[in-house]
Amino acid sequence: MKIIVLVKHVPDAQFDRHLNGERYTTDRDESILSELDEYALEAALQLAEARGGSKAGNQVIALSMGPAGAVNAVKKSLQMGATEGVHLTDDALAGSDAAATSLALAAAVQRLGQDGPVDLIITGMASTDGETSLVPAQLAERLGLPQVTFASSLDVDGGRLVARRDADTTSETVEATLPAVVSVTDQINEPRYPNFKGIIAAKRKSITTLSLADIGLDAAQVGHSGSWTTVASAEERPPRTAGTIITDEGDAGIKLVDFLAAQKLL
Amino acid sequence: MAKVLVFIDNPGTALKKSSLELLTLARSLGESVVALNGELHSSVSTTLAEYGVSTVLRPSSEDLDDYLVAPKAAYLAAAAQSTGATIVLLDNSPEGKEIAARLGIRLSAGVITDVVGVDADGTAHKSVLAGSYNTACKASTPVSVLTVKANNVVPEPAAAAGAAETVTVEVPAGSTAAAARITAREQKVASGRPDLTDARIVVAGGRGLDGDFGPVEELADALGAAVGASRAATDAGWISHDAQVGQTGKTVSPQLYISAGISGAIQQKAGMQTAQVIVAVNKDAESPVFEIADFGIVGDLFDVLPQATAEIKKRKG
Ligand SMILES: Cc1cc2nc3c(=O)[nH]c(=O)nc-3n(C[C@H](O)[C@H](O)[C@H](O)COP(=O)(O)OP(=O)(O)OC[C@H]3O[C@@H](n4cnc5c(N)ncnc54)[C@H](O)[C@@H]3O)c2cc1C
Repeated sequence: MKIIVLVKHVPDAQFDRHLNGERYTTDRDESILSELDEYALEAALQLAEARGGSKAGNQVIALSMGPAGAVNAVKKSLQMGATEGVHLTDDALAGSDAAATSLALAAAVQRLGQDGPVDLIITGMASTDGETSLVPAQLAERLGLPQVTFASSLDVDGGRLVARRDADTTSETVEATLPAVVSVTDQINEPRYPNFKGIIAAKRKSITTLSLADIGLDAAQVGHSGSWTTVASAEERPPRTAGTIITDEGDAGIKLVDFLAAQKLL
Repeated sequence: MAKVLVFIDNPGTALKKSSLELLTLARSLGESVVALNGELHSSVSTTLAEYGVSTVLRPSSEDLDDYLVAPKAAYLAAAAQSTGATIVLLDNSPEGKEIAARLGIRLSAGVITDVVGVDADGTAHKSVLAGSYNTACKASTPVSVLTVKANNVVPEPAAAAGAAETVTVEVPAGSTAAAARITAREQKVASGRPDLTDARIVVAGGRGLDGDFGPVEELADALGAAVGASRAATDAGWISHDAQVGQTGKTVSPQLYISAGISGAIQQKAGMQTAQVIVAVNKDAESPVFEIADFGIVGDLFDVLPQATAEIKKRKG
């Protein structure tokens, strides 16, 4: 099987995150592999391992689009066990919205399919920065492929995949033929940590760098010029400040109700 | 006047509050047209007319529910093209966002999710980075596709009722060919409590409950609230995953959020810090949740919650 996993390099949510510059793009210093993409990578690794791993010709290609630092997301993926890495990078890509991002990723997937068909494209359920969940569906639409989003389990048998999705009031079983685009939730598995062996092995794995020209796009189709949405203004919300803190002396429940009554919340 | 297309999926016999909100918003932006999927009951027809809808579109095929989103997006794209709509509104559910995503590509239209307000010129307002920024965004394309969060518009019927005519829209042939099929659907049991995403009050519990959601549920019922949870609690299997609030769960913006036995990790805060009032009960005074709580109680939730529940019942008589 040939599986492409989309891995995004995102600002670490543990730190304050900022929108900067004239066009309010996210500041990408202190970025890491999006935690939600680790579930996608784990799902791909499990599918490949169940089929004999890389020795049996299974490929798990980690693909990241982003500035120079995004190569770190690819490196971490290789340490976890991806067989190859691809870093799509070009200054013109900066500021791409979901539409422009999905265009570039679709072109990259097509390029990676030139030396052998791609069976599956797996992504996380959302990026931990933009959080729109638009890219997987847009990628599927652009590639004309079935999409199975928010999968909480995934099985592949021959040319067919079966997944489970849990919504609020229903839980569904879905089937699609390969190739397909799948996004997975954090319920699907427990991502592994890179071990020492994996870290050493990753050093020998190749990372291919692709530019816009390599995927047949020009600068006007991506970045701000290729995006279909613009941010007109962004205002930082004043951080919430702590209010009254009391220590329970046996009557905190009553004081809680007094507080709710004073706030007219009862 | 701009035409605004509102997608309403399987309303059953009555429109949901979030649909009424979309219709009210649509009317403030132009002439509203509805693209409906599923049966059109006469009660729904009446409400649509009351909300000033001029036209109700229906798909030519009845099997859109058998597939994941792709054919719904194809139908909606055809509906937008045939009516010349320049704004398309959908609800902000995961499915609404995905239909919007594919629709955006089909119409070459910018998509904005998590919208809380729309100006007359189509500028949409939303908050990003876990509620830390308020932004104004606009599609630079002729058509814009917006998914709107619930509870940001007060539903209001039109001054004069419309007379909605029904028109069938041809669903493009082949739109099911590359779509995933839904082969089984299980209905989950309803809790009888308000829906978490639109509840006015949420009482949420975390690892501190140690397996016993009783105190949280009893307080929620006394307040008429929905029950939420941290991921530690859902992962432990104490409550269903649907109750999870946070980055990988639901985002809630209630008037009141009561957090009990939850530390307030960044991923949990991401889902609740736009609540108007936050109350926290936690044994550990160092818990990060106290940094954002309007009213914090350092104490054992097994003492505090039952006492509060009893007091509320007493006051409510
Ligand atoms: C990719 C990713 C996504 C995530 N998404 C989410 C998400 O959507 N939602 C989410 O919630 N988390 C999410 N998490 C997990 C998050 O990081 C925290 O681990 C989780 O929120 C912790 O849950 P908790 O606060 O209930 O547990 P803990 O952190 O263990 O805190 C329990 C708290 O209960 C208090 N306590 C214990 N006993 C009592 C008592 N008797 N009375 C009062 N207080 C008591 C303790 O002092 C402690 O502060 C995510 C993590 C990752 C990596």
